Amino acid sequence: MIDLGVTIKDLYLKNPVMTASGTFGYGEEFTDFFDIARLGGIFVKGTTGAHREGNAYPRMAETPMGMLNAVGLQNKGVDYFISDIYPRIKDIDTHFIVNVSGSTVEEYIEVASKLNELDKIPAIELNISCPNVKEGGMAFGTSCHSASTVTKAIREVYKKTLIVKLSPNVTNIAEMAVAVEAAGADSVSLINTLLGMAIDAERKRPLLSTITGGLSGPAVKPIALRMVWQVSKAVKIPVIGMGGIMTATDAIEFLLCGATAIQIGTANFIDPAVSVKIIDGIEDYLRRHRHNSVYDIIGGLR
Amino acid sequence: MKKFIHDMLVVGRRNINTHYYILELKAPDVLPEIIPGQFVQVEIKGNKNVFLRRPISIHDINTEENTIKLLIQKLGEGTNTLSHIKSGEKLNIIYPLGNWFSKPHEDNLLLVGGGCGIAPLLYLSRYLSERNYKVTTLIGGASKGDIIEPDEYRKYGDVFITTMDGSLGERGLVTEHSLFKAKKFEYSMVYTCGPLAMMKAISRFAVLHGKPCEVSLENMMACGIGACLCCVVETRHGNKCTCTEGPIYNSKELVGWI
Repeated sequence: MIDLGVTIKDLYLKNPVMTASGTFGYGEEFTDFFDIARLGGIFVKGTTGAHREGNAYPRMAETPMGMLNAVGLQNKGVDYFISDIYPRIKDIDTHFIVNVSGSTVEEYIEVASKLNELDKIPAIELNISCPNVKEGGMAFGTSCHSASTVTKAIREVYKKTLIVKLSPNVTNIAEMAVAVEAAGADSVSLINTLLGMAIDAERKRPLLSTITGGLSGPAVKPIALRMVWQVSKAVKIPVIGMGGIMTATDAIEFLLCGATAIQIGTANFIDPAVSVKIIDGIEDYLRRHRHNSVYDIIGGLR
Repeated sequence: MKKFIHDMLVVGRRNINTHYYILELKAPDVLPEIIPGQFVQVEIKGNKNVFLRRPISIHDINTEENTIKLLIQKLGEGTNTLSHIKSGEKLNIIYPLGNWFSKPHEDNLLLVGGGCGIAPLLYLSRYLSERNYKVTTLIGGASKGDIIEPDEYRKYGDVFITTMDGSLGERGLVTEHSLFKAKKFEYSMVYTCGPLAMMKAISRFAVLHGKPCEVSLENMMACGIGACLCCVVETRHGNKCTCTEGPIYNSKELVGWI
């Protein structure tokens, strides 16, 4: 019997495969394609205090083996999430984890405090790494001091599992991870998108309305693997790895580099049922290598 | 409406000319219900520069054969690579996606297509004609090579044509066709798909004459199912995903269109 279960602080996941914020809606968009209750967890779209319209179109550009996006945290706000979305998803048998964002520390506190009251939301992912908003977002996640400040503030009001999502747009991501661990984070997830740019040379214009955007997809996977490996050596808390995972083999590589669980992001756009194939693929790998538990391969890089 | 991921069998592949081709795809099972205006997300294999699926309008369907037709213009790497697919090969699609053209309240309908924008209008003209509506189709293009199979539309009603170079039909822009210069605009509703500037001009004309106009947008998108929020258009009720709340909009809903 192969045990796919893993634990992030007090949060037990039936398997280490989760879907990344902003790539899986609220899960409902994918129910035609597979039973979303098979997932270890679902990270829902970045949620802010107030309703946000996000950035102007165009928000997306395809790039070699990846894409840039500049959605800019379009969402209807935390109160709408609580009143309209939470009742629809709360009885689905997987963990819904809300990605929390804001322009100010006060806004992060407001969102986290409200989510703390929801019985069926066992964790939040603090987004201090969104590259596509003018205020807040990545600004908090690119200095150890501000990352630590916002994590501490949330730790005081949020009593359940607190995951902090790290930006790769820093000189030393391991230092950031150490800083948020010291500030009370229960786990770190990485990487958010890499700040990038794409251009239409004929028209001499940027392809995104915001000029720059966040790069994701297989193009970023080597960077993500390196960062997960560095961070998992630097902290004691569990690491959740992501960045360009398209297959079970990709996911296993992150586990070998020290991730306790992984998130599937951009791949959901190409194959909406990919995450369930990755769950099955991890189980096949464990069987083939005669392992009984996912823990047998976490950090198992020789 | 339930969505499916299917490996479709390519049962037909035909070049219209060097710019356009038609694929006919057979579903592995009974074709789900598809309404005019909906689209598919096509997986493109064999080109390392093409990462995402491509949204393509459904040109027509055949519920007896369980096939759909896609009319495709070779515009970029995705549609060029896809043009090399052969009969007998498989093509993975997600469908049916998006909303659809609404049922008209009155008779006498005008369909206006520009270039490859005509794609969703063939099924629409057949659908409306089978429901006993009078349909007129106006097709515009740069040259006669851009007027794709006008005889197909003649099965369902009158067809008028404009080309920029005058090689077929009236010379000029589709918006300059004489039916827009008649004393009275006799159509009760306009459905249009084509270049943005064309659709905006058609929509302004229709609205000026007090007639509703539905437009089909083709915003760039990643997922096609409402998850990535990349394909938004600004509407009077905020940003909406063209993949789930579109691609068909009443032009009055769109900011900056009237």
